[in-house]
Amino acid sequence: MIAFVLRRLLQSVLVLGVVALVAFGLFQFIGDPVNNMLGQDASVAERARLRASLGLDDPVVLQFLRFIGHAVQGEFGMSLRNARPVSVLIAERLPATVELAFSAAFVALALGIPLGIFTALRRRSPVAQGVLALSLLGVSLPTFVTGILLVMVFGVYWDLLPTFGRGDVVDLGFWQTGFLTLSGLQSLVLPAFTLGLFQLALIMRLVRAEMLDVLRADFIRFARARGLPERKINYGHALRNALVPVVTITGLQLGTLIAFAVITETVFQWPGLGLLFIQAVQFADVPVMAAYLLLVALMFVGLNLAVDLLYYAIDPRLRVGGFRGRA
Amino acid sequence: MTEPVLFVRNLRVEFTSRRGTLVAVDDVSFDLAPGELLGVVGESGAGKTMTGAAVLGLVEPPGRIAGGEVLLSGRRIDNLPPAELRRIRGREIGAIFQDPLTSLDPLQRIGDQLVETIRTHMPLSAAHAKQRALDLLREVGIPGAAERFGNYPHQFSGGMRQRVVIALALAAEPRVIIADEPTTALDVSVQAQIIALLRRLARDHGTAIVLVTHDIGVIAEIADRMVVMRAGRIVETGVTRDVIHAPTHPYTQALMAAIPVMGRRDVAVKPQAETLLEFRGVQKSFDLSPPLLERLFAGASRRIVRAVDRVSFHIGRGETYGLVGESGCGKSTVARLVAGLYRPERGEVRYAGRRLQMIFQDPYASLDPRWCAGDIIAEPIRFHGLLSGEAAISRRVDELLGQVGLSPADAAKYPHEFSGGQRQRISIARALAGEPDLLVCDEPTSALDVSVQAQVIELMRELQQRLGLTYLFISHNLAVVSNIADRVGVMYLGRLVEEGPVERVFTAPRHPYTRMLLAAVPDLAMLGIERPPPAGEIADPLAVPPGCAFHPRCPLAFDRCRAETPALRADAAGAVACHAADMDL
Amino acid sequence: MSAWTGWRDSDLWHGFVGSRLTVVAAVVAAVLILGALFAGLIAPQNPFDPLSVNLIDALTPPAWQAGGEGRFLLGTDDQGRDLFSAILYGSRLSLLVGVASLVLALVLGVGLGLLAGYVGGVVDAAIMRVAEVQLTFPAILIALLISGVARAVLPAEEHGRIAIPVLVLSIGLSTWVQFARTVRGSAMVERGKEYVQAARVTGLGPGRIMLRHVLPNVLNPVLVIATISLGNAILTEATLSFLGVGAPPTEPSLGTLINKGSAYLLSGEWWIVLFPALVLSLLVLAVNLLGDWLRDALNPRLR
Repeated sequence: MIAFVLRRLLQSVLVLGVVALVAFGLFQFIGDPVNNMLGQDASVAERARLRASLGLDDPVVLQFLRFIGHAVQGEFGMSLRNARPVSVLIAERLPATVELAFSAAFVALALGIPLGIFTALRRRSPVAQGVLALSLLGVSLPTFVTGILLVMVFGVYWDLLPTFGRGDVVDLGFWQTGFLTLSGLQSLVLPAFTLGLFQLALIMRLVRAEMLDVLRADFIRFARARGLPERKINYGHALRNALVPVVTITGLQLGTLIAFAVITETVFQWPGLGLLFIQAVQFADVPVMAAYLLLVALMFVGLNLAVDLLYYAIDPRLRVGGFRGRA
Repeated sequence: MTEPVLFVRNLRVEFTSRRGTLVAVDDVSFDLAPGELLGVVGESGAGKTMTGAAVLGLVEPPGRIAGGEVLLSGRRIDNLPPAELRRIRGREIGAIFQDPLTSLDPLQRIGDQLVETIRTHMPLSAAHAKQRALDLLREVGIPGAAERFGNYPHQFSGGMRQRVVIALALAAEPRVIIADEPTTALDVSVQAQIIALLRRLARDHGTAIVLVTHDIGVIAEIADRMVVMRAGRIVETGVTRDVIHAPTHPYTQALMAAIPVMGRRDVAVKPQAETLLEFRGVQKSFDLSPPLLERLFAGASRRIVRAVDRVSFHIGRGETYGLVGESGCGKSTVARLVAGLYRPERGEVRYAGRRLQMIFQDPYASLDPRWCAGDIIAEPIRFHGLLSGEAAISRRVDELLGQVGLSPADAAKYPHEFSGGQRQRISIARALAGEPDLLVCDEPTSALDVSVQAQVIELMRELQQRLGLTYLFISHNLAVVSNIADRVGVMYLGRLVEEGPVERVFTAPRHPYTRMLLAAVPDLAMLGIERPPPAGEIADPLAVPPGCAFHPRCPLAFDRCRAETPALRADAAGAVACHAADMDL
Repeated sequence: MSAWTGWRDSDLWHGFVGSRLTVVAAVVAAVLILGALFAGLIAPQNPFDPLSVNLIDALTPPAWQAGGEGRFLLGTDDQGRDLFSAILYGSRLSLLVGVASLVLALVLGVGLGLLAGYVGGVVDAAIMRVAEVQLTFPAILIALLISGVARAVLPAEEHGRIAIPVLVLSIGLSTWVQFARTVRGSAMVERGKEYVQAARVTGLGPGRIMLRHVLPNVLNPVLVIATISLGNAILTEATLSFLGVGAPPTEPSLGTLINKGSAYLLSGEWWIVLFPALVLSLLVLAVNLLGDWLRDALNPRLR
């Protein structure tokens, strides 16, 4: 168990290290910070002084270590685009993205898993076939098209729900939440559904496929031959086994919500990290890109780790030594 | 006569597809008295498994029961609604399937699976159900039942898992059990144990058992009466002894004739020839250790399987050397060492011939599915440049096809268009195409039906005579080896424990393990001699017992066997590695 | 039996004809692809030619709406470009980028996967570690990052010229991993099979065995993933273009068109965004339907 977690942690550190290297590379090879800070017209002596004071003359390895040291403290310097500290920008934008992603994940899981079970157990019913066809639409519609269509129908045509921004937010001091106001919740509906729809369809199809696979397994046939009730076979045996791979893939898929938030936030002008990032990419705002990258990497690595632990908890074959190991 | 507990009349099972209707079971009728053991035997595609599934009501679409009736204790069950049929399954009619590795839910403790099954069918409290579950585990012979109750399936060996499966089938004391190939996935010694267990259960509980199998040896050991099936139909029914000793139907007669019987052969002693292949103290291990971190932090140890441990033997030109042993004994690793697929880590493999070729077990995996038979056979010719010109190669391919009993027209066909036996013939043709001196045959007939097996063995013998081939013939089936080999080696947990001329080893075995293997061979002659099944199972290859690896199962073991590994000692009649046998000499 | 009658008798063909949805999807995909391929012949206007575009025609609604004109079947955009023509040319670009990045991902993924699976050992470990790190991130983020880096490295005046190769590179590099993983898995299975061992006993070298025996036998799952990946590649291209980091405005793809149209969403000119969005969705849906059918048809367990 300890070794398992340690191995995972080591892998996580490896991933973070590689990402930090990429982020550092962005700083190294893209744009000259001296130019950015002093402009094109500064004298050679001024440049040299600034270079020395910024430590740009130090060996690359030292600079990298310094970069990591700063990153650990959340220090990424100033945004090139709007001349504010990157850490402040991120702290401002984080709550919006986290609340959006959380709501979308809720939509995807709360609907995706039951629908997946339903379509697997009632494979031949017309309703299940219909749901399955719709799910294909769900994975085929680009997120931004879904968003635009929802805006057209619910925002423009019926004028039911707000189509941009977060609405009113309540400042809790460390966190600005949209969960506590009516306009905040209303504003959340369309973006959350847009972001969650793709994952919903994906999770549903995954649960269905795994269930169908398990239902063909020998031990299900043997359970039938023992006369166990269908309910117990379906939920006690088949579902539990189907959920083992589902947990892994679903956990990782939820990570992609953060990535797809970039698109959703663009469509709905949602003031979150994604919008910040896409503007940074468009303007080659390296400090913001680097910070976003590392933050997202940290989130993914954390999620991966959580998924692994969960996987470990539900599959006894990992937890308890097998016959081969017992002897 | 007592009222039959199971009564099957004119059963017909059909599979409908767009290519037409396939009749899997056709007009099958039999009955089963309480406590009776009925064997249902047939080759692949005979419809025997489908018959069992139909009785259990487990035929899956597109298959369906198209006619006939099944009566259980006088009540018709084939037309019951699913919910009622479910209540009967497990309570009045149980099932045992072939593969114990996949029959149990891997995520649930075996105790929970037992209690769940018991409480589905019996009005027992949780505590009473647990008590019954423990009793059942003890009854099927699982040592330490109370401790094993909370274990998961993957913590049991194959034989123990099949015992758990049997306990589950017995959970609600059904009157009938359908056992579909219950011993096929097991080693011979474990097979003998499971057969003994089933026989005892039938006697003690009065449970009637339908035993579906391809293995007539198993039927001979256990069944009171037997049914022979072919292409969905029953061709012969009768008391087991009568059917085996005096079959009346031509198919049954052919089937019985095809079964390899120990030593049914005139052995012409071959003159000593030059040595073609020699193994000298060859050793090969596989490292199955967990990753480094696990070893450092969790204190997991290195796990090294010594698949082949200091093995020495030689094969003379023109000879057939048989290598036998149970799963995990290292005989397939020896084959791959000979073929050069593995390099020995110690010792040396000397091969005096030019080329060698190999024939494999699985006729479905041994031919590239994307290549036609002609190209498959031609590959060694082209690669070694044995012939030049497409016309010459094509003529040679036709000739090879003829030698293995196929026609030149078959060259254009793809592997999926051939039967298992035909594919094995193509494998042989491919091997011959490389003009080898030595042919390494790793279980070449184990995946084939008996009648096909007999043909392939006959072909191999004929080719040997005609072309002067040398064979290394590896098999777990002692009877097959006794029919083809000149000399034989017996392996156990990576070591060669006995060696000698085939008729001496099989008639006067010296090593207790050889004796155990021979005793576990099903008794087709039905001499009715009560033989206790062999003790124990093969040890985990990761934790080979110290001293003589066989000592935990050996009736003759004494102190020295537990401490000192016996060396292989040779004399005129062969060689043996056993302290007890050394004392006899 | 000729190849054609053989195909007519195959389960694949019967499954295809038996599923009406799949036939419809194939027809839709064929129409869209042919339309894109022959955009130059079909389109009434060349939307990239400034001479043929007139700002006076800007924001004309579709032909069947009040104020619509027969010249502009699906209306015009803010520059007076014929939307129907723009969609044809746009889908051509979308398909081009999709196919090109798919080919890149295929070559890279199948090659490295085969190597990792067949050779194993250090080669396998190295390739799979890279894949694992990359898999931690969703493909779209990788693509965004690559295109962001390219933007930052190259001077702004170069952006338009190299936008398309950068797109192909970023999408291709972000999707090779799934091919590599699948091929690796299959190659490891095939490697253990006896026909490969037979080839090794005969003496064939690893390169020859990989290309002639293993590769043909691992292509089935690759085919399925490739179909689904094509849909995803088209989606990714559209998404990047929609986000403003993909195809340049001078050479609009479907995503670029939707991006431009979304500005007019609230002011009532809905057609500029709706028609490109519909075509994009139909294209991806059709490709995915074909992929789904192919997966089921090639899966022996579902027969």
